[in-house]
Amino acid sequence: MKIDQIKKEFPIFDEKIQNNDLVYLDSANSSQKPKIVIDRINEFYTKQFSNVGRSVHYLAVAATNMYENTRSSVQKYINAKDKNEIVFTKGATEALNLVANTLGQKYLEEGDEVIITELEHHSNYVPWHFLRKSKNIKINFAEINEFGEVPIENIEKLITAKTKIIAVNHLSNVTGAILPIKEITQLAHAKGIIVVVDGCQGAPHLKIDVQDLDCDFYAISCHKMYGPTGLGILYGKKKWLEELPPYQGGGGMIKEVKKDRISYGDLPNKYEAGTMATAQVIAFDQSIKFLEKVGIENIIKHEKELIEYGQEILKKNNSVKLIGNPKNKGGVLSFTIEGVHPHDIATILDEDGVAIRAGHHCCQILHDKLGIPASARASVGIYNTKEDLDQLNESINKCKKIFDL
Amino acid sequence: MNLKELYQEIILEHGKNPRNLRKTENFNKDAKGNNPLCGDNVHVYLKLDENKKVHDISFEGSGCAISMASASIMTDLVKGKTEKEVKEIVEDFLGMIKENPDLKTNLLKDDEKTKLMCLSGVKQYPMRVKCATLSWHTLVTAIDKGNTEVNTERRN
Repeated sequence: MKIDQIKKEFPIFDEKIQNNDLVYLDSANSSQKPKIVIDRINEFYTKQFSNVGRSVHYLAVAATNMYENTRSSVQKYINAKDKNEIVFTKGATEALNLVANTLGQKYLEEGDEVIITELEHHSNYVPWHFLRKSKNIKINFAEINEFGEVPIENIEKLITAKTKIIAVNHLSNVTGAILPIKEITQLAHAKGIIVVVDGCQGAPHLKIDVQDLDCDFYAISCHKMYGPTGLGILYGKKKWLEELPPYQGGGGMIKEVKKDRISYGDLPNKYEAGTMATAQVIAFDQSIKFLEKVGIENIIKHEKELIEYGQEILKKNNSVKLIGNPKNKGGVLSFTIEGVHPHDIATILDEDGVAIRAGHHCCQILHDKLGIPASARASVGIYNTKEDLDQLNESINKCKKIFDL
Repeated sequence: MNLKELYQEIILEHGKNPRNLRKTENFNKDAKGNNPLCGDNVHVYLKLDENKKVHDISFEGSGCAISMASASIMTDLVKGKTEKEVKEIVEDFLGMIKENPDLKTNLLKDDEKTKLMCLSGVKQYPMRVKCATLSWHTLVTAIDKGNTEVNTERRN
């Protein structure tokens, strides 16, 4: 696999960013977009635009077919059993809110317990917190170990007769730990517990087979998968999506509306109220084509090599402290430098065209646990090279020089 | 953009060894400030005397070099000033950080102004302006309201 060739498919790397070549190490935040995705959005708006699922004119029918075609591609990509198990949302955040809200309405009662982990992104904590406020449920946090991973025993020991849901991320956006979802699901299902997976970092970097994982819900962020912003996907087992109530009301999600009664549409319309992110959905089909062309096995192999190389050079760099050392690690390198705040690191790196993220990465619980207010994070995608990580290291050295370390 | 302008010697020095980084005993006004985007936080403590003059000021918290240096320099400069004077200095500083080329107040000596102007490099880094201004907003809140929380996403 030639990374140089793949990188050429991303027009942003032809740009000079403040007179520098772009060293983009912020893909865990959002990935860059290949030309085929950008062009598809342009083509759709230029030549094919119509709303979907409503009118009967030619453009509407064609757009609806293209929109539904992406649903089929997603179904195939994550190996869902049924096309109607794929619901488009405005993001993974909305997907997780949808799950928490509807499960909360139908399934949770006062005193019920939800297990999440200390690694969770705020979007897999705050929606459950809403239920803690409105329904008086309890949230239990499975603890991380010294390597920044959550061993399954730490989840298992929190399970009680009141546990109804286990909601976990697939791949930590800070420590990079990959959670054993299949084992967690086996453990949970044996006790009748629902498993919700925040797959924001999992879907772009790991092979996803929802039937094999057997989770009940899996949330995906399309803009982290070389796709457009404003789009997420909720996979949910059909039995759940059929049983749970709608999340939002409006056009497109109804069957029949009368003054005294309303019936809701069938799946997946039931969960897709209002005009959807049509162009984004249609363009996302190209993101999947791109991922399939490169091949997830190649992506996994390349990113593993990058992360191992990054860990190796940063470990050798005095005063850099890596956060988390999980056995199974995905494409993120979070770190701190003793004596330099992550924000200062990010500003100084930016001057060299090295784009990283600084802050708590929407994981305040984890940073509190680690006893730090913030960290710096370099994260990789398919277009990164070892040279990018060398540049990262070089710019880190510049930070140290400025701060006289 | 110019990193040297942002990270001047005096900023790095104050960032490393912040003045008044402690908690004033018997403070009579305080406020907390935070920047939810990065998790930075600051707690400003004030002890005003009977003439509403700043008898002591201190702060606790953590943040980047810019925010720590800014809080450090701020606490040094407002000691001995009245509430009203403090507010005038804060307003002048915020005006300079956002748009004005220099400081206008007569309440600070030239060397004090020079020290404050070292923070002006942050103008070129819009995302970092909040780092420089958090403690100043928090100081005004402490004076006005006694003890409420400042949030960089509400006040700018």
